[in-house]
Amino acid sequence: MPLVLNDEQRMVKDSADGFFASEAPVSQLRKLRDEKHADGFDRGLWAKMAEMGFAGVAIPEQFGGAGLGMVAAGLIQEAIGRNLSLSPFLSSAVLSATILARGGSDEQKAALLPKMAAAELIVALACDEAARHTPAHVATRAEAAGNGFRLSGTKTFVLDGHVADKLIVAARTSDAEDEAVGITLFLVDPKLAGVSVSRKILVDSRNAAIVVLDGCQVDGADVIGEVGGGYTLLEAALDAGRACLAAEMLGVAAQSFATTVDYLKQREQFGQKIGSFQALQHRAAHLFCEVELARSATLRALQALDAGEDRAPFYVSLAKAKAGEVAKLATNEAVQMHGGIGMTDDYDIGFFMKRARAAGETFGDTAFHGDRLATLMGY
Amino acid sequence: MTDTDFRAETRAWLEANCPPEMRQPVESDGDVCWGGRKWRFKSDAQKIWLERMAAKGWTVPEWPKAYGGGGLSRDEAKILAQEMQAIGARSPLSSFGIWMLGPALLKYGNEAQKCEHLPKIARGEIRWCQGYSEPGAGSDLAALRTSAVLEPGSGSGPGGDHYVVNGQKVWTSYADRADWIFCLVRTDPAAPKHLGISFLLFDMESEGVSTSPIKLISGYSPFCQTFFDDVRVPKENLMGEAGKGWDIAKYLLTHEREMIGGMDFAATGRDALHQLAKTALGDAIPGLLRADIVRHEIDALAFGLTMERVKDEAKAGQGVGALSSMLKYYGTEVNKQRQELIMAINGSDSLLWEGDTKHEGDMAKSWLRSRANSIEGGTSEVQLNIIAKRVLQLPGA
Repeated sequence: MPLVLNDEQRMVKDSADGFFASEAPVSQLRKLRDEKHADGFDRGLWAKMAEMGFAGVAIPEQFGGAGLGMVAAGLIQEAIGRNLSLSPFLSSAVLSATILARGGSDEQKAALLPKMAAAELIVALACDEAARHTPAHVATRAEAAGNGFRLSGTKTFVLDGHVADKLIVAARTSDAEDEAVGITLFLVDPKLAGVSVSRKILVDSRNAAIVVLDGCQVDGADVIGEVGGGYTLLEAALDAGRACLAAEMLGVAAQSFATTVDYLKQREQFGQKIGSFQALQHRAAHLFCEVELARSATLRALQALDAGEDRAPFYVSLAKAKAGEVAKLATNEAVQMHGGIGMTDDYDIGFFMKRARAAGETFGDTAFHGDRLATLMGY
Repeated sequence: MTDTDFRAETRAWLEANCPPEMRQPVESDGDVCWGGRKWRFKSDAQKIWLERMAAKGWTVPEWPKAYGGGGLSRDEAKILAQEMQAIGARSPLSSFGIWMLGPALLKYGNEAQKCEHLPKIARGEIRWCQGYSEPGAGSDLAALRTSAVLEPGSGSGPGGDHYVVNGQKVWTSYADRADWIFCLVRTDPAAPKHLGISFLLFDMESEGVSTSPIKLISGYSPFCQTFFDDVRVPKENLMGEAGKGWDIAKYLLTHEREMIGGMDFAATGRDALHQLAKTALGDAIPGLLRADIVRHEIDALAFGLTMERVKDEAKAGQGVGALSSMLKYYGTEVNKQRQELIMAINGSDSLLWEGDTKHEGDMAKSWLRSRANSIEGGTSEVQLNIIAKRVLQLPGA
């Protein structure tokens, strides 16, 4: 498959770029942050994202989605990265939608997916338990009880957990704590007895929750997919999320870079534009190359997911690792080249650096994905 | 013909015509066929393979048939390359004529020049070298001083029939084995430096041409100094207009840069670094070395995908343009890093310089050779200057 966008994808890109630039620019993030907004995002925006088909991009058409696939989802998230737009797109429309569309029962799909595509229902994924991403490390237990299971344990870093109408919880139904087998996914209503959700506001003004499950009783019908077979579903969803995060970091990197190049052309010191100094020109030119590399790796990963390639996890880890490094470099260089003004809260560039840090950390940083890449290469 | 038919036909032809010996991996410099008047074929198979491919026009598959090419579309050429790769077929001919001069001739040469030179390049009959750098004109190539002066005419006309060339070139790759040179010369010393340059083609056997190999830190001598002492060149050997040579030089450099940047990635059977490490060290690899290798592989893979994307975008008419500097800069830096890691993986074995078997010393020599990648064809710093100026449009100093 050629590494270019097809006509449909270019239309998605054009509409996503225009939409987020006008409807959810960085000023919206700043406003939501400053007023300590209870949801942490604008529900009006989320509703419009549903109208545009963005909320249902990864949901099949028969369940009310647009069924456009992962390249399209990545293009949307790249535009989100350029504008630092806040919404439950990653948590609900990518991660949870992927799990339900792939592993949900007909009843679950019919009940949840159309509402998710319409932005009427937010579903968050509760997977991590350790500070460093280790998806197979699941200590949360699910004991058979009643006509279902009783869940106990603590989930951390649950993206958009505080606004979730439903949670997808990874819990262990058998085997040892760090085994990939024996993990089961459950749909959990956060209003159930024995569930407490506490919102944490992160450095990038986004939210992650700690979810404590204390003997919360769920029904057998709340199991997603096979009992004990949840890890495969989880990995598929995580890879979709990681590829979209790579796309978001590409957007973050490209926008920081563009802002910086503009600044180099305007700012004067020593009686000349600072962009005329070779010390800065070479760093900018190097960054240009790095952003192009991140773009190639990201597009390849998204295409591999759409094609269902066996090597998709390999390309996803390549993209997440590369885009993560590039976003880190681009945003750090952006702050440095802006000098003092780059350190001020009034100026937007700091938001980009914060987001690069958080997105890089989410679902595995470069060390995690470099190691996974090496392991997948048999090394 | 459909692509499927073309693929089937190509496969059958290659199967019938590519000698078994030419399907073995290239082991030494002698296995690479450069052609030319002085070339001595290493084997009958090498000679037959070149002749058969040249007869099909497949040494230059995308050139027009009228000039010795195959007249293939880009897609057909891609299929040919894939089918050759599938059987491990060697390239029948390596040549600066194909990679560098040919594209420039097709764009800037006149009909007589194309008819004279392109078929001989395609058949491997004439080997070309590039006369660009001079002792005082390296990164600042346009400062070149080799002069070409039109002889005074005998009558009242504007001048004679020959240029007289005087000066010195350096880093002329394989000048001592080449038959002809494409050479940047100054024809107008009064014009601004970029505007006084012209592009001349001439025979290296002309009187007054001499070469002297330069021994490098790798022990190899792929480069020469080339001296011109009153060399007379017919004026019809001027390519393009007098004073417009810099445009041709730049166009040709973009091809050279893509070639150098992509060289190591296009090589078939290029082992991934981690496989080399696994073979040499098994599990006994220090964590930091493993991490370095993984970081390198990430960059190398992302770079390979970028080369692919640039080609695909160009084909779809979506290209960003001016990317040859990016490919040259990044590709050579990644390759240098790779050679550095190969040395580390092999420890003291990598330090061997001389020995009883023919491959001893290869690693150290390749490592040293690769240092030149980020210098030749425009240094990394020059590439970054070009990106800053042309792509990012940053202000001049």
